[in-house]
Amino acid sequence: MDCQLHLAQLEPTLGNLDANLAMHVETAERAVEEGVDLLLFSELSLTGYFLKDQTPEVALKRGEGPLARIAELSKDVSIAAGFVERAADGQLYNAYGFWEDGELVGLHRKVHLVTYGMFEEHRDMGAGCEFATIESRHGRFAVLTCEDAWHMQGPMLAFHSGVDALLVPSASPARGVQANGAGLGSVQAWERLLSTWALLTQTWVCHINRVGFEDGIGFGGGTRVIDPFGESTAALEGLDAGTLSARMDSAALDRARVALPLRRDDRAWILARELAQRAEAGGWEGRAE
Amino acid sequence: MSELDISEELTIELLVRFLRSEAGKFGFDRVICGLSGGVDSAVSVGLAAQAFGPENVLGVMMPYRTSNPSSEADARAVAEALGIETRKVDISAMADGYLGDAQIDDRMRRGNVMARCRMIVLYDLSVEWGGLVLGTSNKTEILLGYSTQWGDSASALNPLGDLYKHQVFQLAAHLELPCEVIDKAPSADLFEGQTDEDELGFSYEEVDRLLLKMIDERWTEAELVAAGFDLDFVKLVASRIAANQYKRLPPIIAKLGPRSVNHDFRYLRSWGR
Repeated sequence: MDCQLHLAQLEPTLGNLDANLAMHVETAERAVEEGVDLLLFSELSLTGYFLKDQTPEVALKRGEGPLARIAELSKDVSIAAGFVERAADGQLYNAYGFWEDGELVGLHRKVHLVTYGMFEEHRDMGAGCEFATIESRHGRFAVLTCEDAWHMQGPMLAFHSGVDALLVPSASPARGVQANGAGLGSVQAWERLLSTWALLTQTWVCHINRVGFEDGIGFGGGTRVIDPFGESTAALEGLDAGTLSARMDSAALDRARVALPLRRDDRAWILARELAQRAEAGGWEGRAE
Repeated sequence: MSELDISEELTIELLVRFLRSEAGKFGFDRVICGLSGGVDSAVSVGLAAQAFGPENVLGVMMPYRTSNPSSEADARAVAEALGIETRKVDISAMADGYLGDAQIDDRMRRGNVMARCRMIVLYDLSVEWGGLVLGTSNKTEILLGYSTQWGDSASALNPLGDLYKHQVFQLAAHLELPCEVIDKAPSADLFEGQTDEDELGFSYEEVDRLLLKMIDERWTEAELVAAGFDLDFVKLVASRIAANQYKRLPPIIAKLGPRSVNHDFRYLRSWGR
């Protein structure tokens, strides 16, 4: 893997597919001009985030309208972007597609829908049930959409799938303005979390957040790339829209994995055995809280 | 250093962006705000002046005949410091036209009428000025219900609604607003000698500390008492918050059909913007 990236920290217009597609096209054309290999957008980048009753109104079937245009653009640059998917059975998902050479080559349906506090995703969308690996000509990737990165299953499976990078698109609200001199609390939390996943999974991590406001809730930016040692190699500071240029390579993966042979020494079978025993003892849904 | 302290720079940056973004979505780049001479409206217009430029902020002073003259002087000092335009509309005739005929002596009712007269003036002038009405209610008063519904609580855009009074004072100092506004005792100036803290029966500092734990950190009553808060004070504040929930929500609509406004017809104001 040797990959030149653009991470687009943009401000989608809520529920306006045309405006958002235009923004994606413009960003992709610039990426092509600059010889970028892979262009990453944020969660629900084509629709905006707090959709509520707009969710079914902006949902797209695979290959429909704006997605066909993204596929077309992907002939010149690999693209990952977020949208509401209307599945063949009519269910709606918080989806993140990956297009390459004119085709949709991967699609992650957000598993851990956020439904607490200010969030109500599960009210409007169904939950995905797998963490698939995306095989791209630029590397092997796993997608953790926002809250997916706050649960251990996704990163752990990605670790065992031997991915090169975790792609973490989010629409994370800006929160925490305490006087500790360290900036937004939400951005700090993301950096700590993703730096930890980079260290533990020994992969690159690409976090693509958005900016702007939806009815008073601001989105916190903080788009960054973290290397397999847990260090940020590139980041957008502040709350402006912008594009982050970065590079990921295999050499850093190799160095990290030689320095700390976490894969060699992992004992996943213990986890598998313990989980199997718990499943047999009563399953997960019926367990005592 | 207080646990209530916020980063002024970060907060101001977010709020300035908030004002520009939310007003801009509706095609506005100017605002109008009642200027009482108090710290809340001073901070609101201070933020707006940064967001839109002072020339796009109109501060309106709306004294009633019993208002303390120093309030208007303080409001003018704020406007002068920020370089914003001002307008003065005396609401005495307007309010007395109703209060006199109806022979209303009750202090609370009179105060509410004045607050609602001011709302009428602001919303009317907002058309002439071509700007949105900027709110000045802070989180402390919103939670305590210490405002007049459809009066001073009415606005299109409120940058202070998630800031406790302590934090509003912090921003006032950071924005270098005139010290007479920061140093005086907060007052709604609805009757002579009125101060917020006398009327509420506790200090802002005291209640802000409690609200931070009770609301933001979800401490239980037992935990709050164990931490040193007086049980009666905790109960009083909790009951005020619950009793005033109606002021924080739109009117109740009886559900009849399959999709009812405010129940299951759910769209943001930012819908398509």
